[in-house]
Amino acid sequence: MDFTLAEEDRMVQETVRDFAERELGPGAAARDRDGTFDLDVYRKMAELGLLGLPIAEEWGGAGGTYLQYAIAVEEISRVCASTGLSYAAHVSLGLGSLSLLGSDVQKGTYLAPGARGQYLVAFGLTEAGAGSDAGGTRTRAAKVEGGWLLSGSKAFITNAKSAGVSVITAVTDPGKGARGITAFLVPKDTEGFYPSTSYDKMGMRASETAEIELRDAYVPDEAMLGGRGEGFRGFLEVLDGGRISIGALGVGIAQAALEASLAYAQTREQFGQKIGQFEAIQFKLADMAMEVEMARLLVHKAAWLKDQHQPFGQVAAMAKLFASEAAMRAATQAIQIHGGNGYIREYPVERYLRDAKLLEIGEGTSEIQRLVIARGLGLGR
Amino acid sequence: MQVVVLVKQVADTAARIKLADGKQDIDRQSASLIVNPYDEMAIEEALRIKEKHGATVWAVTLGEAKAEEALRTALAMGVDEAARVSAPASDALTVARALAQAVREISADIVIAGRSAADDEQGQVGTLVATLLDWPHVTEVTKLEISGSEGVAEREVEGGVEILDFSLPVVVTTQEGLNTPRYASLPGIMKAKRKEIRQIALGEDVVGQPVLAVRSLELPPPRGQGRILTDLDPAQAAKEIVRILHEEAKLI
Ligand SMILES: Cc1cc2nc3c(=O)[nH]c(=O)nc-3n(C[C@H](O)[C@H](O)[C@H](O)COP(=O)(O)OP(=O)(O)OC[C@H]3O[C@@H](n4cnc5c(N)ncnc54)[C@H](O)[C@@H]3O)c2cc1C
Repeated sequence: MDFTLAEEDRMVQETVRDFAERELGPGAAARDRDGTFDLDVYRKMAELGLLGLPIAEEWGGAGGTYLQYAIAVEEISRVCASTGLSYAAHVSLGLGSLSLLGSDVQKGTYLAPGARGQYLVAFGLTEAGAGSDAGGTRTRAAKVEGGWLLSGSKAFITNAKSAGVSVITAVTDPGKGARGITAFLVPKDTEGFYPSTSYDKMGMRASETAEIELRDAYVPDEAMLGGRGEGFRGFLEVLDGGRISIGALGVGIAQAALEASLAYAQTREQFGQKIGQFEAIQFKLADMAMEVEMARLLVHKAAWLKDQHQPFGQVAAMAKLFASEAAMRAATQAIQIHGGNGYIREYPVERYLRDAKLLEIGEGTSEIQRLVIARGLGLGR
Repeated sequence: MQVVVLVKQVADTAARIKLADGKQDIDRQSASLIVNPYDEMAIEEALRIKEKHGATVWAVTLGEAKAEEALRTALAMGVDEAARVSAPASDALTVARALAQAVREISADIVIAGRSAADDEQGQVGTLVATLLDWPHVTEVTKLEISGSEGVAEREVEGGVEILDFSLPVVVTTQEGLNTPRYASLPGIMKAKRKEIRQIALGEDVVGQPVLAVRSLELPPPRGQGRILTDLDPAQAAKEIVRILHEEAKLI
């Protein structure tokens, strides 16, 4: 066993950290305040080759590993978690489903431009009535001459308005339950494809989240992604990969909370001494540091397993669950350590808390992660 | 056209460093190491020359195997080739002799180096390499234009700008303001990993004897606590600061 990062892993880490601090850091608070989704941010990330980091070179990617991608998500999220979320949705959900399920033609048409960063890719699974229970999908795909007509609506879809292409699940075979669900590629300019304005969110405010209305949106037969009736199974696998990146997001936020708290504890004085001299504060920081380390180890292990083509779903669920809850604890304690200042927008820690909360909900709630882990233990269905 | 960039791996100026046993060097094992910032500008300038005129850009470093990390960074930024020189060189003169030999072996037309290295700040190597090669050189350039076998460089001088014409081959050293170095690209990092690094081993017959030796290094004394004046209006505060600078710090 070897826990040291390879030289190129460290180069990815340093490059992305440097980029994030210089290019994403300065505007992060303002983007959060105004709820601005700034496409310029993603253009800069594309120049760096970030948008296709773990995608093979032959499909326009950088040919990096999933571990390197997890490291990149952490570094971006340490500075701007909203950007980390849109980035992760693009790479692990959007590009992830294209690389897992796409034909060579589909990869050439959509994966390569997405990996080069010509556009973002969205992934539309959730519906108002089908969240944790994604098998309850209601959006319909009706067979017509040469293609399909999609109708229904999707809720809470990251990057929905800006994406060049969206992966959309719909029921092709009602009565077959989850086996009746199929995925389709829907380009942005498709007639009948209407993303709504972005939600006004508690956190992750600089990430775009919108509803999608589908009104008899026509897509040709070639738009089917993966086999008929394989949409649900495929998505479960894609979501396993996505959970690693949500874990990495949690590590990034927790790390930022730790750094801000440590700096504050070493400068703020009360009762004639730095508050970092109080054991009560030291213990909080010690717990935060330990949890960041644990969360990072789990995320790296899950990514490593995926890179080794070994089963990783179970560890990915643990990584996602632990890291998102660790991020919540770290952000809460960071506010506590900052006292009144922690509650004020001028300091970044209240943003960390608002951003971290999403991690316990998106890509499978904490409850669902526990279900997944329990099933892995042989419990339940 | 062959453009050679001289690259040095130095300790990260933003990180804390320790001295090695014997105090003649920093502890490179524990230090976080980066490409010397002025050399990053040199890499950027070389890449711009390549993009404008077409050229093969080389990054050349002298150092232990670990210094190849700096070459990988240069490759990831877009440099075409990299070479590591190993030689028994210790001071600026022996280092320059080794690097000048590498420049000859690569048949360079342009050599770009940083004005100085962020660690020892001697600022000698670029100039010494030019002298050993008997090439024209321009130090601390803030603007560089190449056309054919000629070039124009600008450098800042007291109260103005000096504009110098030169013919190739040439050695230039970089100064702040020349450019903003690009980030290493992620596809570049992956490609850099696969690139073979040319090894140039040179002996004492080439580098000769050093003329300088480091006797010992000392870390600067830790900075004392800052002081914050409170409960004073601006006029009182200014008076108090002058008093402190005069009576306590004895600076004015
Ligand atoms: C900012 C944001 C971005 C998002 N991006 C995307 C995206 O890009 N693509 C996409 O498809 N979706 C996206 N989502 C949707 C997200 O994945 C869902 O919100 C999530 O899966 C939860 O579904 P729900 O909101 O319907 O909650 P529900 O499923 O209604 O859950 C409500 C509560 O009930 C609990 N619960 C439900 N079932 C069980 C059970 N069996 N056992 C125990 N407890 C249970 C849940 O854990 C939760 O606490 C996004 C959501 C947000 C907020």
